[in-house]
Amino acid sequence: MSPRQRDYYRGITFAPYDLIKEGLIALLVIAVLVCGLSAWLSSPDEPPLTIQHVATTDPITFLQTALGELNGTDSISSYGPPYNSGSGSVQSLGPLSLQRLAGVHIPIDTVRDDVLGPLTMVAQGDARVATALATFERATPARQAAWEAAFGTALAKARVRGAAVGLPPGPYGPVASMMTALLNLGRAGLLEPAIDHSGRIYSTDNTRSLLFLQASALPALAQQYHLVGSQWGMMNETGNYPGQAWLWLYTFWYQVPAYASSPNADVLVWATMAVLSLALLLLPWIPGLNRLPRLLGVYRLIWRDYYRSKSAAQAPIPQHSSGVTAGGQK
Amino acid sequence: MNLTGALRQRLQRDVDIEDLLPDELPAYVHSYVYLFGIATVASLVILIASGIWLAAAGPTWWHSSGLGHFINSVHFWCVQAFFFFMVLHLWTAFFQGAWRDGRGATWAVGVLCFLVGIGTAFTGYISQQNFDAQWIAVQGKDAMNAIGVGAFFNVLNFGQMYGFHIVILPVIVSMLVGLHLLLIRLHGVVRPYPAAGEEGTP
Repeated sequence: MSPRQRDYYRGITFAPYDLIKEGLIALLVIAVLVCGLSAWLSSPDEPPLTIQHVATTDPITFLQTALGELNGTDSISSYGPPYNSGSGSVQSLGPLSLQRLAGVHIPIDTVRDDVLGPLTMVAQGDARVATALATFERATPARQAAWEAAFGTALAKARVRGAAVGLPPGPYGPVASMMTALLNLGRAGLLEPAIDHSGRIYSTDNTRSLLFLQASALPALAQQYHLVGSQWGMMNETGNYPGQAWLWLYTFWYQVPAYASSPNADVLVWATMAVLSLALLLLPWIPGLNRLPRLLGVYRLIWRDYYRSKSAAQAPIPQHSSGVTAGGQK
Repeated sequence: MNLTGALRQRLQRDVDIEDLLPDELPAYVHSYVYLFGIATVASLVILIASGIWLAAAGPTWWHSSGLGHFINSVHFWCVQAFFFFMVLHLWTAFFQGAWRDGRGATWAVGVLCFLVGIGTAFTGYISQQNFDAQWIAVQGKDAMNAIGVGAFFNVLNFGQMYGFHIVILPVIVSMLVGLHLLLIRLHGVVRPYPAAGEEGTP
């Protein structure tokens, strides 16, 4: 033992200890524990939601999402940084907006990325889609908006018959043909790669297709699994599994009305957690808080044997210890 | 100045092999509360071993293989064990006032292990390539964007999150845990609070 530790532990009784053996036993116990839990309870693996699934099983939701991307009424079109210069989801803490300061780094144009871009790919081999696309792009913004509005109104009353979405005849212009082509692309399972298409062979970035799904299909399914923000959100996971229980304090703030109702909820929760995390980190140096354990007195329970032996040693009847005290005294 | 010589002198002065690998410890260490730390380390070891297996087989393997799903389950339950024992360790260290007598850095490094561990687990959840991963990612993006890091830590970008999860963050956690263990051994475990009528630090 170093002189520094010998000095520190003066008067403390020592006993033999095998750290390596303890570590190996702990490793064995944990291995048995997690293997047992794995065999017994397995782990969650709910298949991912795909655009193909939505287009096939819920074509109206698909078309409403696609129309929202086309006419710019979806949440991402006006989101703000890092996707675009909108302000719909920009948060700030007082006058400071780190989101605005960070700027646009993942430029997303939902009209081009999610609708016109994929349809341009389809148009390579489909003359009807090419014509519809050309008609749409030549039209004035007001004309485009009128077609989109008419299609949106009809979609609200649409019924699905078999694989087809029944719409009454209306002034949809080329929008109906475009949406049908996009629906077919989605049903074929080709819309995700078309949306996430980066121009390179390899791609591991699903940002755009996930943003397409989050418009309505993902939240609807998450609601069924009790995973939305008001249900303690990302802390949970599908099935009866513990989820990220360690995020409970972070998620807790979203259940507090003052935070949940604020347009700056995320940044407020981050600020709160940053202060609390710093306090935990710097606890040893915060006057008052660093004396809290002594006041709470739980240490008496943790070290009860130590205090019992100390009071026994102070008793009038001499006690003999079989251990060794620091400094080499028997 | 010879940096190698300076480092050697520093190690000779501050590091004692008997402190690093003692075969005797204060008798009060013979208590179950001192096992939470080693249980956390044991969980981390199996977590890394199962993670290496999963990474070596590729991110989609476990969805289509019975063995893969079992290894993923081991990884999953190890994360739960890691945080369960770490939180118990953190609470007991708090109630012991384990930062006393010059052990503040040991406490701070331990808290950093906890915080970086949360980030590591979070990136793991969004690297799963299943519904949970999708939903946690789209929920988490708003929080990341709100503080201006969404473009640089894009939770919707699987490739980036997978890289963070299997390399960057585990390396940082492992280094922090190693430093935490080194500090514990160099300083030794904290003494109990002085008994009634005994002199000592608060």
